[in-house]
Amino acid sequence: MALLETVMWVVFGIIVIVVLLFAWSVYNGLIRKKNKVINALAQIDVQLKRRTDLIPNLIESVKGYMKHERGVLTELTKARTSIMKAKSLEKKAKASNQITGALKSIFAVAENYPKLRANENFLHLQEELSGTENKIAYSRQYYNDSVMGFNISIQIWPNSFFARRMGFKKKDMFEVPAGEKKPVKVKF
Amino acid sequence: MREMFEEVRSNKIKSYLLIAFFVIMITVLGAVLGIVFMGSFVLGIAIALIISVIYCAIAYNSGGSMVLKATGSKPVKKKDYPHLYHTIEGLAIAAGIPKPKAYVIEDTALNAFATGKDPKHASISVTTGLLDKLNRQELEGVVGHEMAHIRNYDTRIMVLAAVLVGVTILISDIILRSFLWGGAGRSKGGKSGGSMILVLIVVGIIFAVLAPLVARFIKLAISRRREFAADAGSAILTRYPPGLASALKKISKDPDPLVDKANRATAHLFISTPFRKKKGFLVGLFSTHPPIGERVRRLKEM
Repeated sequence: MALLETVMWVVFGIIVIVVLLFAWSVYNGLIRKKNKVINALAQIDVQLKRRTDLIPNLIESVKGYMKHERGVLTELTKARTSIMKAKSLEKKAKASNQITGALKSIFAVAENYPKLRANENFLHLQEELSGTENKIAYSRQYYNDSVMGFNISIQIWPNSFFARRMGFKKKDMFEVPAGEKKPVKVKF
Repeated sequence: MREMFEEVRSNKIKSYLLIAFFVIMITVLGAVLGIVFMGSFVLGIAIALIISVIYCAIAYNSGGSMVLKATGSKPVKKKDYPHLYHTIEGLAIAAGIPKPKAYVIEDTALNAFATGKDPKHASISVTTGLLDKLNRQELEGVVGHEMAHIRNYDTRIMVLAAVLVGVTILISDIILRSFLWGGAGRSKGGKSGGSMILVLIVVGIIFAVLAPLVARFIKLAISRRREFAADAGSAILTRYPPGLASALKKISKDPDPLVDKANRATAHLFISTPFRKKKGFLVGLFSTHPPIGERVRRLKEM
């Protein structure tokens, strides 16, 4: 009887240790994934900031030429102000898309001004901005992938059992609500 | 994600195997040469071990810069090639790795490669011809392919193979020449005839062993699967497989080979085989790349 009891205790102890070890590895894995998400988000912010900083230079370099298209420039300035004020991910995403649209319009309009297209400063800004625009898209993609990885790993069983008790919550993707994906309309 | 980690681990293991393989091979060579020339195989082994271990340490740590130098790649500044810089930065962000250094090869041929022992010490080198002839999406596809090589640690094993295979070819050339020249000169004397026959046998054996080993090295480093995996990686990073597909088509139609800047040791590093017109024994034996048609077909199916 005593032997049986000892065996039971040993088995029980082993089970507890295995569960603890598993919980430990789940915790570490989730922390790693969570940090990846945080870093990815920081990367988006770096790129958004870079673009926000470039915009005044662009406006400065084109406003002398675009006398009749002030609407596009106002649109861009407004979008820039709203992204600087935006706190939530959703608002940032929305403002970011407005900027993307407005920039597209400006570069499309610039095609009508041969002098502007020959301006070295403008060309430099155009390359900088389209490069930054791509980097925003890539950082958003990396962020969304990281969020997806994180969300999946806190939802699959048996991780889900521990994740909820350890206080891990689903993260939001950097997306634009479906209805607002249309390019921004620009009035001249 | 899971497959990627397995890929990385398998590449790390293979890199160490490659080093072990190389050290053992040079040690055996040292033992043989030690017996023949110094009358002591222990001394031969000792010297060979020291040399090969030091060489491997150098190859592991600075193989990347050795390859960059060998291919005539020059580091470039952002202001000279903003377009290339932005593409590399963007795809590094997409892959979640530090930005590799940008290099350019002044050549009209269309080609590109990546090196580095790990993502923190990586570089991407492209020819100026590639920058001139590819549009933005195509360049992104090519850079994405190289970025996938870096992230998967393909570059570590590919660079090791380049540097170790390079020196193996060099050693076998030296032995072959000194054997031919020395053999012709000394056989007239007739006095050392016995030891010359021994050397002849030994060198024969070494070559019989060495040649297939070199071929194995390269096969180990550049399986076709690795190229297909990098193509798929590029498609995932850029989310636009047609970009790389169209770049590969342009590259395959390009008539200029990169012969003077690539050789047997570095050929497998490039996105597309640098030998174009040459056909023959070497090209077949060292066939390092899957056919471009097949790669384009797979990209189109994605």
